[in-house]
Amino acid sequence: MPQDIRLLDDEQRALVQMVREFATAEAKPLSIDYEARSEDPKPLYDKLAELGLTGVPFPEERGGGGQPYSTYLLIVEELAAAYLALAIGLSVHTLCAFAINEFGTEDQKKDVLEKLTAGEWFGAYALSEPGSGSDAAALTSKAVRDGDSYRLSGTKVFCTRGDEADVVLVLARTGEAGPKGISSFLVEKGTPGFGGSKKEDKMGWRSSPTWMMSLDDAEVPASRRLADEGNGFKVALASLDSGRLGIAACGIGVAQAAFDEALKFTGEREQFGKPVSANEGVQFMLADMSTAIEAGRRLYRHAAALRDAGLNYSLQAAQAKLFCTDAAMRVTTDAVQLHGGYGYITEYPVERYMREAKALQIVEGTNQIQRYVIGRSLT
Amino acid sequence: MNIVVCVKHIPDPNLPAEMDGKTLKREGVQGVMDPGDEFGVEAGLQIKERLATGDGESGEGEVTLVSMGPAAAMEAVRRGLSMGADKGVLVSDDVLKGSDALATAKVLSAAIQKNGAFDLVIAGVESTDGYTGTLPGTLAEFLGVPHVSTVKEIVSADGGTLKVNRQTADGYHVVEVGLPAVISVTAGVNEPRYASFKGIMAAKKKPVEQLSLSDLDLSGDDVAVKQEVTELSKAEEREGGEIIEDDGSAAAKIADFLKEAKVI
Ligand SMILES: Cc1cc2nc3c(=O)[nH]c(=O)nc-3n(C[C@H](O)[C@H](O)[C@H](O)COP(=O)(O)OP(=O)(O)OC[C@H]3O[C@@H](n4cnc5c(N)ncnc54)[C@H](O)[C@@H]3O)c2cc1C
Repeated sequence: MPQDIRLLDDEQRALVQMVREFATAEAKPLSIDYEARSEDPKPLYDKLAELGLTGVPFPEERGGGGQPYSTYLLIVEELAAAYLALAIGLSVHTLCAFAINEFGTEDQKKDVLEKLTAGEWFGAYALSEPGSGSDAAALTSKAVRDGDSYRLSGTKVFCTRGDEADVVLVLARTGEAGPKGISSFLVEKGTPGFGGSKKEDKMGWRSSPTWMMSLDDAEVPASRRLADEGNGFKVALASLDSGRLGIAACGIGVAQAAFDEALKFTGEREQFGKPVSANEGVQFMLADMSTAIEAGRRLYRHAAALRDAGLNYSLQAAQAKLFCTDAAMRVTTDAVQLHGGYGYITEYPVERYMREAKALQIVEGTNQIQRYVIGRSLT
Repeated sequence: MNIVVCVKHIPDPNLPAEMDGKTLKREGVQGVMDPGDEFGVEAGLQIKERLATGDGESGEGEVTLVSMGPAAAMEAVRRGLSMGADKGVLVSDDVLKGSDALATAKVLSAAIQKNGAFDLVIAGVESTDGYTGTLPGTLAEFLGVPHVSTVKEIVSADGGTLKVNRQTADGYHVVEVGLPAVISVTAGVNEPRYASFKGIMAAKKKPVEQLSLSDLDLSGDDVAVKQEVTELSKAEEREGGEIIEDDGSAAAKIADFLKEAKVI
């Protein structure tokens, strides 16, 4: 059973239905081949643009949809249930656009944000480095002022769609050690000295390219610095608060997909002369799985509602990211378990869901870091 | 060209059907626009677009959706509007609950005539819930215009005539019909577009006229149900098919089977 849309408003319901149709007719069936070939599904991103889904939570005067973040997340969840890598790509794109919408100058909004909302361009986000993951403020990539430009050098890792994206939000150091010496830049594809240097071979999300990016004296105009010098880390953290809700919605989407498969399989598979799901032990597992999904869904939507109301939501975003992605890991693992041996072979989709859920516990702040964020904000 | 497309709101066919006595439960269940009607809406939009861009005739005219159903049927009308139709008419009246196909055709024809002059009315071949398949023909009769059924391809629409290919058991007929007319379209006549985000938001602002029976100068007697469902029974379960073990003769057996089914 997909997400219950009865209480959504008319437009939200129509949107979810439209995304569901696209997801079941195209995204889901095509995902199998893209995943098998580890190929970025560019035509599907273009289709998202055509359907008007690349700028939903941004202002209409910037070519966006003018919708609340809550509405955007319904779309992400629905897409993630069909094709997680695609939903992740949209989420990363939105994170980049968010930063520009929030911190950008008029020119940056005109030249970059409007291309992103239209889906003419796609965005990516490069914070992580070989020596700085969880401790992101320890990053060492450098940006040195040179007249009207900056020269960027260093190495970024794990950049989702870094080499495919048309513009990458890059964090680099312009000043002192620690968070206050960091600035953020919009680096365009094709900038000499900038590009993907190695594509990682991964356990899951195989059709979501993950790149090591090199910055080799890449010249970026000063007009492409986002926010003041030294404010880059603020940009990074604000983007992550927002992005975490997208990851939470992805978690619920993939958990729902796994649960639906498990419910169907255990109803059809017979052992001891009855469906496997006629056993209380199996029903209790299904009960826990569906309850975790529903609870997670309420949690991320609550955080989104706070955000839409203009209230502080960092704590709730961290709680939602933690809970929803841990739930996704448990639910997808149990879905494999409930399929028995069939869950472990690639003919059934649940092993893929389990591999996909794992990364959700790691990206945009590991779940240990989410607990750290929650603990710090409570004490 | 003014095009009217009939659309029906039905209980989501992907969910298990719930019954209300001997009729389908329609209220309080998740409904959708009849998937068959998406082809009708798409056909209407394509004709309008073709005329707007192409040969000779001006692109003036509108695609109007006409529906009869409970208040919730507005969702089906909105769905068609978000695909790109220009406006909608929804006839809702408590008296119409449980209407049969004859009454439905009467109401739809009255609503279409009230809406103004029309050149073409498009309907699906049959609904996905009732499957009577009688509505388009009955509607044409009430409207006093010709009816071309089971259209599988719209070849051209201009100069007051419509040229279509009509599905038959062993091929197709090429039919030219003077307008105005009613056509019923099959699934496969086109590939319905998704309602885009912009379409969904724009639909909010498009006009939908809501009419009751008295707005159409019809009374309860005019639409009295003349048909009674006397018995309901489950469709026979499909049989498990025949499994042919390949002992070297499987190919020949399959060929025989296909010949018998007149496929080859
Ligand atoms: C598929 C994928 C896509 C990604 N996409 C992007 C992207 O688009 N852009 C981007 O910038 N990054 C991206 N990342 C990087 C991701 O954000 C980092 O991997 C993550 O933040 C963790 O950093 P790390 O890998 O260096 O692990 P480390 O920080 O080295 O952590 C190692 C372990 O130590 C734990 N740990 C670290 N510090 C603490 C602490 N204080 N308390 C408790 N435990 C701690 C961690 O939880 C983890 O278990 C992606 C990663 C993956 C796998």
